[in-house]
Amino acid sequence: MGYRKVAVVGAGMTKFVRRSLETGKELSFEASHMALESCQLTLDQIQSVVFGSAPDAFDGVHMKGEYISDGAGAFRKPYMRSYVGGGTGVFTPIQGWWHVASGMFDTCLVVCEEKMSPCQPHPQGAFLTIFDHTTERPLGPNLLWIFALEMNRYMHRHGITEQDIAQVAVKNKKNALDHPCAQIGREVSIDDVMNSEVLAWPVKRLDISPVSDGACAIVLASEEVAKRITDKPVWFEGVGWNLETAYWTNRDLYYPKQVEYAARMAYEMAGIREPRKEINIVEPYDPFDYKELHHLEGLLLCDKGKAPELTRSGVTARNGDMPVCPSGGLLGVGNPIAAAGLMKICELFWQLRGEAGKRQVPGSPRRGLAQAWGDLMQVGTVVVLGR
Amino acid sequence: MGIKLTERPQAQASGMETLEFKGTALSDEEFKGGKVVTVSGAPNAQYGWDAGVAIGRFLHELKEGRLIGTFCRSCNRIMVPPRMFCEWCFRNTDEWAPLKDTGVVNTFSLCYVTWDMKRLKEPEMPAVIEIDGASPGMGIMHLLGEVDPKKVQIGMKVRAVWKPADEREGAITDIKYFKPM
Ligand SMILES: [Zn+2]
Repeated sequence: MGYRKVAVVGAGMTKFVRRSLETGKELSFEASHMALESCQLTLDQIQSVVFGSAPDAFDGVHMKGEYISDGAGAFRKPYMRSYVGGGTGVFTPIQGWWHVASGMFDTCLVVCEEKMSPCQPHPQGAFLTIFDHTTERPLGPNLLWIFALEMNRYMHRHGITEQDIAQVAVKNKKNALDHPCAQIGREVSIDDVMNSEVLAWPVKRLDISPVSDGACAIVLASEEVAKRITDKPVWFEGVGWNLETAYWTNRDLYYPKQVEYAARMAYEMAGIREPRKEINIVEPYDPFDYKELHHLEGLLLCDKGKAPELTRSGVTARNGDMPVCPSGGLLGVGNPIAAAGLMKICELFWQLRGEAGKRQVPGSPRRGLAQAWGDLMQVGTVVVLGR
Repeated sequence: MGIKLTERPQAQASGMETLEFKGTALSDEEFKGGKVVTVSGAPNAQYGWDAGVAIGRFLHELKEGRLIGTFCRSCNRIMVPPRMFCEWCFRNTDEWAPLKDTGVVNTFSLCYVTWDMKRLKEPEMPAVIEIDGASPGMGIMHLLGEVDPKKVQIGMKVRAVWKPADEREGAITDIKYFKPM
């Protein structure tokens, strides 16, 4: 197809915290500034800016993308915000990719920010309007319901246990101990997860990621420009995105088809025929522990229902054959929605350049995949990066 | 489009250990104890949602104590919640299809918290219920009741428990919940 090669040449992020002193605008500035510094570019060399952030309702600010834009370096530049729910953090870099791949721009700054803490008494309140106003909201739903309903269906269909799923929380929270920005890196056991407070069975307190504030940014450049900026560009090899029906009660929630379709789109673009052999690091979306397993299956990185076995046998450990969430994921690093997805892209950038420090996976990985998911369990977004 | 890019030394791969990450965590005490200046406000927004063509009819039928779906001749699906167009075939649906008020639990949860994380003593029991008479897998979200939470299972047959006719108002809550058959 007729598009240009695009590289990630710089990355930056803030710490992820429960509640930050900094405003969303300030968080965006810190991440953007760090990303520019990392590749020694200045804002006047950035030709376009794309921004990702989840619902305006978190901030209580109408058109918060425009409100925050100065912090994202968008002053008097072509600027566009995207929002596809939880999938935003991996969709916004795709949006940045086509800005450059199309030939329109040689550089693009991609910024994702989320500040969930202003929403009182709990940011879940901002999510409640996702349910159908006539047929669902009168029943008094809360957001945990849809995760619990999906997790139960997944467990039931394959005979997966809560203990199987808890392994993911144990792994990711431990991985996050090595991430300098992590909010809740810690050592927990399967028993700790099992004994944590039941919120919406089968979902328990330690099955879920925290509420967070934070921001991430990356710098994209066209091939010719990228090679002048760095000798270690990390290339976009494939992108994919897909949306399922909003009639979520008419789907079998045991399997995320939209993630499979997004992955197939990205694999085809990347020329990947055997993803299990050709993807070296995976950063799937893990707002809940079962989601990592669910998504590994949707990404065709293991057979349906077999993801718990991969975890049990250590394949997905940081030093395993296919490290999954070596960053610590949303479960450990934190979940400022849009920023959490872009954190996964930052992780791949650092891992593929061999700059991930204590988190570095062995064996000089050549290719990584990041994926996010959201809305009414509808959207799948996938990026494959390689060096 | 040109970009001014002076030749500059390659950005040095500094490695994670030397990077400085910004961001200042506030504790709950700092936030709630007034040590940090905050302002607060609430949006003033009220809505009146139209039920629409398909769900409007669905609500009328609920008031009569009946469930109804729509049929698409092209893909042969009987759909619930009903819609006036088929999203697969992207054409108008062809007929209304009366459904039973019984079904099968497709999945469920036992929810012990409210949306703002307050504990509930007795769990709410949301479920997806596949409605009898609709195509396989066609479910709606509703609640389960009159059942020990420990006994709820996927695959369980359930029946709608309706409000008395004179209390029904054309709302999804005209069904109080579904209970085991
Ligand atoms: Zn049809």
